[in-house]
Amino acid sequence: ELSLLGLHLGGAELLFDGVKNHHVTLPGQSDPWDMKQLLAWIRGNMLKERPELFMQGDTVRPGILVLINDADWELMGELEYQLQDQDNIVFISTLHGG
Amino acid sequence: MCQVEEDYNGLECNQEKITVPTLNRKCMKCKEGTAVLIIRVNDAFCRSCFKEYFIHKFRAMLGKNRVIFPQEKVLLAVSGGTASCSMLSQVQEGLSREAPKKLRFVPGIIYIDDGGACGRSAEERQRSNALLKSIFTETGFTYFIVSLEQVFSLPTSVLVPGTSDPDPSNPSYKQAVDQYIKEKQTLTEENVASAVAQLNIEDSAYSPEHKLALERLFSSMKTLTAKEDMLQTLRSHLILHIARENGYSKVMMGDSCSRLAVKLLSNIALGRGAALASDTGFSDPRYGDVVIVRPMRDYSSKEIAFYSRMFNVPSVFISGLDTKTHDKASIQRLTESFVTNLQFDFPSTVSTIYRTSEKLHTVMPPQSQTAEPASKCLLCLCTLDTKVDCTAEYCLST
Repeated sequence: ELSLLGLHLGGAELLFDGVKNHHVTLPGQSDPWDMKQLLAWIRGNMLKERPELFMQGDTVRPGILVLINDADWELMGELEYQLQDQDNIVFISTLHGG
Repeated sequence: MCQVEEDYNGLECNQEKITVPTLNRKCMKCKEGTAVLIIRVNDAFCRSCFKEYFIHKFRAMLGKNRVIFPQEKVLLAVSGGTASCSMLSQVQEGLSREAPKKLRFVPGIIYIDDGGACGRSAEERQRSNALLKSIFTETGFTYFIVSLEQVFSLPTSVLVPGTSDPDPSNPSYKQAVDQYIKEKQTLTEENVASAVAQLNIEDSAYSPEHKLALERLFSSMKTLTAKEDMLQTLRSHLILHIARENGYSKVMMGDSCSRLAVKLLSNIALGRGAALASDTGFSDPRYGDVVIVRPMRDYSSKEIAFYSRMFNVPSVFISGLDTKTHDKASIQRLTESFVTNLQFDFPSTVSTIYRTSEKLHTVMPPQSQTAEPASKCLLCLCTLDTKVDCTAEYCLST
C-alpha cells in the first residue's frame, strides 16, 4: 500500500469537484507504482469530468505542471518516476488563469 | 517549423525537447544546490537561485525600460491569478528594500469583478471578492474592487485618448531620480501617514439595470471569441477610468510571456495585426495620459506557477469565460492550445514568438499637410485601419 498526498491548483481542482487536497492510498502491488500508473489510476478513479482537460494520452495535458515533493517532475524522470510512500504530488494548471 | 537562418538573439527556433538523464542534477548557476526545476529549454535551478533569478528579472525589466518615474502612481491590475499576484508580490518585494536601488513608485491595486459576464452567481462573486480583499489588505496598498457592471456608468470621455503629459517641463528619467533623492531627505512622517490613510474603494455594488445590461450584452454575442474580446475591451476601459479618476499615470498588467505569445497570434487571427506592438509590447501608450506596462512579459507560465507555489504567493483561482471550454471554443482558446502543445515538443516556441514580438513597432502614418489627427477606433483607441464611410467607427475586429 502506498499513501500519497495530492494537490490540485490553478484551476485543476475544477476537474476534481473543486477539491484541492487529496489523501490517496494506492493498493499494494508487486511492482512499484510509477507516475504513469498513477495518472491512469487518477483518470479511472478520481477525475470527475472532462478527462481530456487533464490528460493527453499517457501523460498530463501540456500546460499542466507536475511537482513531486516540490520539485519539477522533469528532474525526476517524469512518467518513469517510481512513487514512494508519503510522496507529495502537485498538479498546477497554467492554462488561462493569470 | 520555421526554416529561416535568422539569428533569433541566439535562440534556435527548431530546438526539440532534450531528454537528458536528470536525477539529482545540480543547479546550473551555483553548481552546488540540487536543482528543483527546469525552465527555458534546459536550465536547472535550485530553490534559492531561482528566487534570486525571479526577483532580479522583475527589477531588471523595470530598470531597462525606464518608464516609471519616482513617486509616480502606478495601478496594478490584479485578476486573482498567479501571474498578477506574483507581480503584486514582486512590487511588494521591490518597495520594501532598504538599498538605494529600491523601487520608488506609489502602488495601488485594482481588481475587476467580471462575474456578471461570466455567469457567476452573486454569492460566488462575494466569496472571491472577500478572499481578494484580505490579500489586498495584507499589502497595505490602496485597492479598488470594482464590478464590471460599473462600465455602464462611465462617461464617454473614457473613449477619447487623453493628452500625454500636459507639463512641458517633464524632466528626463535621470533628472527625476536625482531630484527625488534630494527631496527624500525632507520627507516627514506626516506625509507617510496621510498616504496610508487613503480610502480603499470596494465598489462591488451594481444596479439591477446594469446587471441586466451586461447580461444582455454578452448573451447577444454569438461566439465565445467575440465575448472574450468584448470582456477585454470593457475591462480596459474600466481600469483606465479608475486610473484617470485617481491620478494613476501607469497601469501594470500581469501578462506573462506565454500569455502574450498566445495573444499575439490570436490578435492576428482577430484582424488586429496593426495594433500588435501596443497590444503585446512592454508599454502601451495609446491612451495618452495613462500608459499600460507589462513587467511580467519576460516570465513563462511555468516560472510563475513554480515561484507562486514555492514561495507561497497568495492567489485566488476565479473561473472565467473560457474555463473548462474545449479547444475549439474560441479563437483565443484554439491558439492557446496550439501554442501550448507546440511548446511541449519544441520548448523554444514561446520565446521565439516573444522575441519576434519585441521587434514589432507601430508604423507612424506619414505627416499630412492638413495635420489632422488620424481617426481612432472608439473601442480600442488604435488608429483605424479600414476606410469607413458610415457613422459607426469600429476597427476590423470580430
